[in-house]
Amino acid sequence: MHRTKIKVTEDALDANTTIAQANRADFDRDRVRVVNLMSAPGAGKTRLLEAALPGLGPRVGVLEGDVQGSIDADRLAALHIPVTQLNTDNGFGGECHLDANMVRTALPDLPLAEIDLLVVENVGNLVCPAEFRIGEDAKAMVCSVTEGEDKPLKYPLMFRTCELVVVNKLDLLDHLDFDLDKFFHNLDAVNPDAERMLVSARTGEGVDAFAAWLTAIAEREGAAEPAATG
Amino acid sequence: MHELSLAGAIHETVTRHAEGRPVRSVQMRIGRLRQVVPDSLEFYFGIVARDTPVEGAALELELVDALLRCGVCDSEWDPAPPPAEVEDDLLLPPMFRCPACEAGGGEVVRGEEFEVESIVVEDLAPAETRNG
Repeated sequence: MHRTKIKVTEDALDANTTIAQANRADFDRDRVRVVNLMSAPGAGKTRLLEAALPGLGPRVGVLEGDVQGSIDADRLAALHIPVTQLNTDNGFGGECHLDANMVRTALPDLPLAEIDLLVVENVGNLVCPAEFRIGEDAKAMVCSVTEGEDKPLKYPLMFRTCELVVVNKLDLLDHLDFDLDKFFHNLDAVNPDAERMLVSARTGEGVDAFAAWLTAIAEREGAAEPAATG
Repeated sequence: MHELSLAGAIHETVTRHAEGRPVRSVQMRIGRLRQVVPDSLEFYFGIVARDTPVEGAALELELVDALLRCGVCDSEWDPAPPPAEVEDDLLLPPMFRCPACEAGGGEVVRGEEFEVESIVVEDLAPAETRNG
């Protein structure tokens, strides 16, 4: 049997990137900015959104990524904002992240004409979501003080890819050995440019800053411009 | 743990380029900053390739050492990937920090590659030639 070597020279994630660009074009067409919000499970993404989204200036919608169920989506729907659930469970255990194609399948269900900002709450995971672009304008992550100050060094791919790191559960700080200075020192090592915020979604401390950041993303340059695609 | 997702992405790329021909091997370049565990990637690649023309293909990985360049003083260094377990001192020697001037956030010169370089396929007899 004759064999042939075929030159490929292609990033294995290119296919995902291509779909992410198509998503981005669709978001641009409706002038919707997109935030990809990531964290470990239980860091408090949903709680943070519950605290920050009511009363937000821009019209906001949420795409809720979970392996199974609609617990988070139900919580956010109570805020009377459009929430779309995207389950990654395909019968094979469920994907541990959202990729561009999964988001693409949810596009028809998203009320893009009625919102200015889409927050995509990714599946809780500090590894895979960092690898897959979905067509977002900005990546942000929530890291809670219960997770330990070593996390930027252990998951540098995630911490390097985000422009904002929200440190959550600040109200627990007194009960923990978590050292904020060490955490920021570690974050500085992997991503000194990351914007950082200290919040407690539970008490509301610092939530205004996160809401202001979301508002700024919604108003980010390009938001008011027509889509470039023909 | 991201190796399953990555194996799926490799399989998709390989399948597209193989155009139906059985694949015998896949040559890849992977930067060390991707934090890929080779054995794990090969294991999952074997699973996602099952019952496809890629089944049984050898995954041949060339690991590319990382190189960072400091944006402040232009020094270049290899940031060894962080160890899996941090025990006594949480303040490890910061590998992403410039060893010369201590600035953080060096530019990645190499080490983030995740590239399918080539594949080796079996040629089909003319009658079974690909349809696309």
